[in-house]
Amino acid sequence: MTKQDLEIVAANGLINRRHLLGLGLAGMGTVASTSLLGADAGLNLEIPGWSKQPGANASGYGSRSRFTDDMQRMSGNPNPLYPGGGASRSPLHQLQGSITPNSLHFERHHAGIPDIDPAQHKLVIHGLVRQPLVFSYEDLLRYPMVSKIYFLECSGNSGSLFGPNPADGSAQSLHGLVSGAEWTGIPLSTLLDEAGVDSDAQWINAVGADAASMGRSIPLNRAMDDVMLALFQNGEPVRPGQGYPMRLFVPGCEGNISVKWLTQIKLTREPTHFRDETSKYTDTQLDRKSQQFTFPMGIKSVITAPSGQMKLERQGIYQVTGIAWSGRGSIRRVEVSADGGRTWADAMIDSHQSEKALARFRIPWQWSGGDAVLQSRATDSQGNVQPTRTSLVTEKGNISTYHFHGIQSWAVNTAGDVANVYA
Amino acid sequence: MFTLKKLLSAAAVSASLATGLSAVVQAQSLGTPINESQLQGFDLIAQPDGSGYPAGSGTAMQGKAVFERRCVACHGMNGEGTNANTRLVGGDMQSEERPIRTVGSYWPHASTLFDYVQRAMPADAPKSLTSDEVYQVIAYVLHLNSIIEDSLVLNKETLMQVEMPNKDGFIDNSQAL
Ligand code: HEC
Repeated sequence: MTKQDLEIVAANGLINRRHLLGLGLAGMGTVASTSLLGADAGLNLEIPGWSKQPGANASGYGSRSRFTDDMQRMSGNPNPLYPGGGASRSPLHQLQGSITPNSLHFERHHAGIPDIDPAQHKLVIHGLVRQPLVFSYEDLLRYPMVSKIYFLECSGNSGSLFGPNPADGSAQSLHGLVSGAEWTGIPLSTLLDEAGVDSDAQWINAVGADAASMGRSIPLNRAMDDVMLALFQNGEPVRPGQGYPMRLFVPGCEGNISVKWLTQIKLTREPTHFRDETSKYTDTQLDRKSQQFTFPMGIKSVITAPSGQMKLERQGIYQVTGIAWSGRGSIRRVEVSADGGRTWADAMIDSHQSEKALARFRIPWQWSGGDAVLQSRATDSQGNVQPTRTSLVTEKGNISTYHFHGIQSWAVNTAGDVANVYA
Repeated sequence: MFTLKKLLSAAAVSASLATGLSAVVQAQSLGTPINESQLQGFDLIAQPDGSGYPAGSGTAMQGKAVFERRCVACHGMNGEGTNANTRLVGGDMQSEERPIRTVGSYWPHASTLFDYVQRAMPADAPKSLTSDEVYQVIAYVLHLNSIIEDSLVLNKETLMQVEMPNKDGFIDNSQAL
């Protein structure tokens, strides 16, 4: 090991992201030094037991290491007055990369997860069409499909940050209603074209086969664009909690309109004004008018580590990492601040970044044991910049708590405790 | 199974590769035709313009009994709710600092009440009410909110005429990019 000089690029210890590429930057700007530790005399390595006996056999269906069992979604207790209702949140603070494992993808159900036999399930397209059609799962598997990587976010994600006081929470509890996956399915336009859309049709009304028969109305022009009938998620059939055997997928938009367990698409002149697009998922402004059909999710990022309720055990270099996404394009830039937004440094973004997908960012940071406030700020390919929490809440008020996409602040105190703060 | 060989030979017999491929795409029409009349028991969509309502009718006076039997466990004796999510009455969009938003204060269309109760309520046994019971119980919820008289016979026609207090309270944002 050689002693390496690290270029500090913003206050409070942020280090040039190019160090992540192993690029030497000696001689540039202010430098921090990594210390070379002396060898620990007590550390004599030996061959471990598992290297001395054959391991388990290959299996039909894989499972994770028992040492990672603590990685769990977070969900509330079942509520008999809301049977099957509720959400489970992805453990963002424990995940890496930009794809969420299917078993840890967030969920939100309004009446539980139905146990659907695909041989009995039907998808009906009707209403203002030339020929109403019914499709079986078997039929649908024969259509040409596309695969795309997209984020999915509940519009209620991060909603507690509209509140007057910062909640004591983790990246998971505060922001865990977002996940990323590769979705494979049939462009919805293929099926709508087959039914033959009437010139009068302006909306599709999508209904699920769950006990709530959850419905949402979507403008036809959007439905004919990049909307997909998704049958596979990360290569395997969509899981029951995500809509097995099929769901709608509306890229970049609030998760609720990607109707799960999709069974009905009715084309109409007007939207239905379903309960979940009037009573809920609407945004009341300060002037008491309410925005309806607020589909795209705003430009957003969150640092997932270090993050709320973690503890930095010792001083030194940490990799600050997180995810960024935008419902209106791809992520072009993520900046990170360690001093509550006064100075910023560019983070490294993984290069395979695509539209409406999660982008992983990383930047090295030297914690010297002092107070710090970590923030991230994303910019998308349309030039949208993530707003501060204060400007978002000032503009939108907090009568509604959907579509929070302001900057998250994680305070690190001298003891190394990390906490959600408003800064 | 579709093999590349078959595709190529299909293309060879047609005038060009392009027409061969479009024939393959056209063959991908696998939907089975169905009539709207076959969907009557399946399509629950009820819209503000009056489309999609079943026959039937009911008054709030009749609905009180349905409500007390099927709804109060979760929504309270007078629709006051057992938590913020199940409150069905009250609120004022203009006077309150953070308005309590309910069927009465917030919902722009009475049709939504029919559509939602028919498809999703009661939450412990969705779709177990008859159409008459749905008309009755939603008449009662509207009456609890002082929107209709308890003697009004609610049916497809009268429901369409019910004006909700917050009917002009929404801005259609559906075309915003
Ligand atoms: C087992 C409990 C339960 C029963 C019984 C029940 N509901 Fe509900 N109801 C709920 C829950 C929970 C919600 C909220 C659902 C959600 O947010 O997805 C709800 C929501 C509603 C709403 C929408 C409220 C809003 O402001 O968005 C209406 C209207 C409603 N119920 C009417 C009824 C009627 C009428 C009955 C009786 C026929 C009934 N409910 C019986 C639990 C129940």
